Amino acid sequence: MKVVVTASGADLDAPVDPRFGRCSFFVIVDTDTMAFEAVENQAAMAAGGAGVQAAQLVANKGGQAVITGNIGPNAMAGLQAAGVKVYVGAEGTVRKSVELFKEGRLQEATSATASPHSGMGRGRW
Amino acid sequence: MILAVASGKGGTGKTLVATNMASVAGEVQLVDCDAEEPNVHLFIKPIETEGVIPVTLSLPQIDEGKCTHCGRCAEACEYHALMVLGQQVLLFEELCHGCGACSFVCPEGAISERPKEIGRVEVGKRGSLRLIQGVLHVGEPMPSPVIRKAKALIDPSLMAILDAPPGTSCPVVETVKGADFCCLVTEPTPFGLYDLTLAVGMVKKLGIKMGVVLNRADVGDQGVREYLQGEEIPLLAEIPFDPRISEVCSRGGLVVEELPHYRGLFSSILLKVKELSSGG
Ligand code: SF4
Ligand code: SF4
Repeated sequence: MKVVVTASGADLDAPVDPRFGRCSFFVIVDTDTMAFEAVENQAAMAAGGAGVQAAQLVANKGGQAVITGNIGPNAMAGLQAAGVKVYVGAEGTVRKSVELFKEGRLQEATSATASPHSGMGRGRW
Repeated sequence: MILAVASGKGGTGKTLVATNMASVAGEVQLVDCDAEEPNVHLFIKPIETEGVIPVTLSLPQIDEGKCTHCGRCAEACEYHALMVLGQQVLLFEELCHGCGACSFVCPEGAISERPKEIGRVEVGKRGSLRLIQGVLHVGEPMPSPVIRKAKALIDPSLMAILDAPPGTSCPVVETVKGADFCCLVTEPTPFGLYDLTLAVGMVKKLGIKMGVVLNRADVGDQGVREYLQGEEIPLLAEIPFDPRISEVCSRGGLVVEELPHYRGLFSSILLKVKELSSGG
C-alpha cells in the first residue's frame, strides 16, 4: 500500500512535518517494501489553496493513505473524495510513523483538525 | 480627484475623518470600501436610494459528460480551487476568484460559467453627497471584487473620498491603488506608530502621495511626529482628544454638524490634500 507522509526532509529518517498543505516534502512510501519517493512541496509558500494542491498531488501519485500532523477542511474534503484515508497526530520520523501506521496505532481523521490558512505564517490574506 | 483614507488598524478615527471631510466637501462621492463591515451609512444616512447593484463572481460549472478528467483546469488554476480526480472535478468555491482560466484551458469545452452573488454595491444620496457603499455578503471570503465594483461607479468628474478597510491587507491595497492621494489616520502612541509604518510602506509601494492625520493628538508621545519628520511625510492635521467628539461619533452623528467649530479643521485637511496632490 502506498502512503504519503508529510516530512521536513526527503528521506525515511526525516521528521514528520505536521502541516499537511505546507509541509516541505511529501515522502511516498510503499508499506510492503519501504521503498520511497520524495517530492518537494511546491505549494509550501503559496498564498492559498495549498491544502487542495497537496491533496491533488496525493491523488495523482496514487496514495491510498496520508500520514500528517494536522489537516484543514479543503484538503480533507479533497482526500475523502479521492478515497484517501487520513491519519493525523503523527510524530517522530517518517519511518517510525509508517511503522506505527502498519501496527494500526495512528488515529484516523474523519474531519479537519486545523482551520483554513492555519499553516500560514501570516494572518489573513 | 480620488482621496483614500486608510489606517494601519481599526479604531483610529478613519471613518470619522472620511465622513466629516466628505460632509464639508460640497459635491462629493464618499465610497465605503470596508465591504466586510461597512459603517459609513451609520453617519451619513442617505435619504434617497439611487440603486443597488449586485456583485457576482463567475464560478466554473463542469459538465461531467464532456469532461475527460485530463487535469488541465486544476493545473491552470492559480488559486488551487479545483481538484481533478479519476471520476470527478471538485470545486472549492471559497478559493475561486472567478478568473475564468479553467474554462479557457479546458480542451473539451466542458466548463461553463455560473454567476454567484457575493455582495452588492448600494448607492444613495444625501444632499450634495453621494454615498457608494460596498457590502460583502456574510460568509463570503473575498471583498476585493465588491471594492472594485464600488470604485467603478465613481464619477471621475467629481471628487471621491474612499474609506478603506482597516489594516494593510489585500482589500486595503485594492482600495488605495489608483488613488491620487492617501490620507493615513493614526494616533500618537507606540502602537499607532507601528501600524502607521506598515501603512506607509504599503502606500509607498503603490507610489501614491500621502499625508497623515493625527487623531487624539494631545495624548500620547512624540514618536509619530518624529517619524513623520524623518520620512518627510506631511502632517495634515491634528484632531484633539475631545470627549464630545467621541460622544457624537458613538451616536452616529457628524462632528462638523454638531460641533461646528471643527468644520474648519476638516476643510483644512481637504485643502492641504488638494494642494499636495497637485504640486509636483
Ligand atoms: S480541463 Fe476540462 S476536460 Fe480537463 S479535467 Fe478540467 S474540465 Fe475536465
Ligand atoms: S475561475 Fe479561476 S480561480 Fe476559479 S476555478 Fe477557474 S481557474 Fe480557478
